[in-house]
Amino acid sequence: MPDVAHAADRRDAAWWIDRAVQILVLAGGLSAIVFIAGIFVFITREGAGFVFDRFDFREFFGSPRWTPTSSHNPTYGALALIAGTASVTGLAMLVSVPFSLGAAIYIGEFATGRVRETLKVLVELLAAIPSVVWGFIGLSIMNPLIIQVFDVPVGLNVLNAGVILGLMAAPIMTTIAEDALKAVPDTYREAAEAMGATRWQVTFKVVLPAARNGLVAATLLGVGRGFGETMAVLMASGHSINLPTSPFDSVRALTATIAAELGETAAGSDHYGALFTLGIFLFLVTFAINFAADVFVRGGQRKHRRRGRRPAASANP
Amino acid sequence: MSVPVQASEAADYAIEVEDLAIRYHGKLALSRVTLQVPSHEIFGIIGPANSGKTSFLRAINRMDLMTAGMEVSGSVRVEGRDVRSWRNPYALRQRIGVVFPLPVGLPLSIYDNVALSSRLRGTRKKADLDVIVERCLRRAALWDEVKDRLDSLGSLLSGGQQQRLTIARALSQDPSILLLDEFSIAVDPVTTMRIEEVLSELKSEMTIVLVTNLVQQARRLASQTAFFLTGELVEVTETEAMFEGGAQDPRTTAYVEGKFG
Repeated sequence: MPDVAHAADRRDAAWWIDRAVQILVLAGGLSAIVFIAGIFVFITREGAGFVFDRFDFREFFGSPRWTPTSSHNPTYGALALIAGTASVTGLAMLVSVPFSLGAAIYIGEFATGRVRETLKVLVELLAAIPSVVWGFIGLSIMNPLIIQVFDVPVGLNVLNAGVILGLMAAPIMTTIAEDALKAVPDTYREAAEAMGATRWQVTFKVVLPAARNGLVAATLLGVGRGFGETMAVLMASGHSINLPTSPFDSVRALTATIAAELGETAAGSDHYGALFTLGIFLFLVTFAINFAADVFVRGGQRKHRRRGRRPAASANP
Repeated sequence: MSVPVQASEAADYAIEVEDLAIRYHGKLALSRVTLQVPSHEIFGIIGPANSGKTSFLRAINRMDLMTAGMEVSGSVRVEGRDVRSWRNPYALRQRIGVVFPLPVGLPLSIYDNVALSSRLRGTRKKADLDVIVERCLRRAALWDEVKDRLDSLGSLLSGGQQQRLTIARALSQDPSILLLDEFSIAVDPVTTMRIEEVLSELKSEMTIVLVTNLVQQARRLASQTAFFLTGELVEVTETEAMFEGGAQDPRTTAYVEGKFG
């Protein structure tokens, strides 16, 4: 029967469109890999000269002396910069975790109707504020405030940058945490409430444990955000090289160092290579954090999928 | 725990419902329901989908408080007292165990699922909790299957096991009333029979309201059965009479004989 054979082999428009779309979306997906690999290759290549010729592991991670512009004895100790970034990020998490978790629980579990929708829009708006604006707030509002309240000579320090960074990271963390809470099926809430659990007991005993992975992921993404943030930290931290011993010490962050110094170095010089080495280090840390967050999110999804399995599947033995 | 209960003339009724109507966002879902559920019996409720059976259960344990748009009028009295006069609705819900159509194994360990209610009420001692968990799992006919893996997630059990876990959890509340909403939808026939045996034993200790889409299940278990149809109570009749052609309304007879629904 020739007609049937014809229909079996004829590739019509739908077939070709399907094939074309498949190739297009594949290209889109691959481009992400290409860009990440490209960036990694670029910063590695730029930093390679320094890493192989000049890099001293003990100096880089053990010495707080970052004096790349010294004419007779330049040193490249990144410890103070790492400590600066870590202290600011750590304080930022202390600020943002309670804020964002509280906001997410309120929006996800307690608020209803218009209040809830309004809050969600506001939080998303907050996430869209450019970091330079936050830096400006750190400079012009937090700085005098800290000097006045704590009676310290300088208000640009770990406390200032940490609070600014915490407020900056909180909205995105809130959004992700709220998504995690939303992914917890309502049947859990109903079952617990039917047992006589109060709203808070439902949240604390059932919803939060069920959403744990997503909440950890939200926190980790917040940490990643804090680690990579540049402008606000540059403006609010004081940008002076210090191993901080109190929140009132000024510090300098890894990112801020790169931003401030890269424009003044000769391409290919040791200083230039050292800045790229900082970049490699930042890249690896951020990659590790995002990877960890992804593992946690996946863990959560797997649990949901098992949970989502239709129990009726076992009903017909 | 003692809850002040007003002396009622009809102390033999666990639940008394008078002229109950339920609306969702103003739309009537159930109306003109007046019935009494005798203590220590299994009370069946049958009817096709959308007849208001589940809404009826939700009014009893005051789920309207947490359901946006749900309004309840008329009166529902539990143990002689109007449920809306309980100033602490959580205490009311603790006295009423609920089993939902689809099993809800909370994403906690099997042990924690059953211990949850007692913990919410402040029981902390491991030894006490152990006793409660074992007793409730035994009564729900699940103990033998899970006693070696109480630490594994309750949400990973099979459908039938999860439903028995849900029943064990409801029993751990030590309820005076147990509401079952089409519990056998996701349960295989053998497990269904086992649960039905459990229910027959439980009625000596508590009042059971059994909403079911299986008319034969009502026939097997319930002493009285109510027939709900499109948001109205058609009748309440002794179950045997209802199935032996003694229904007051021809629609009931048609339904139990499988002519519609």
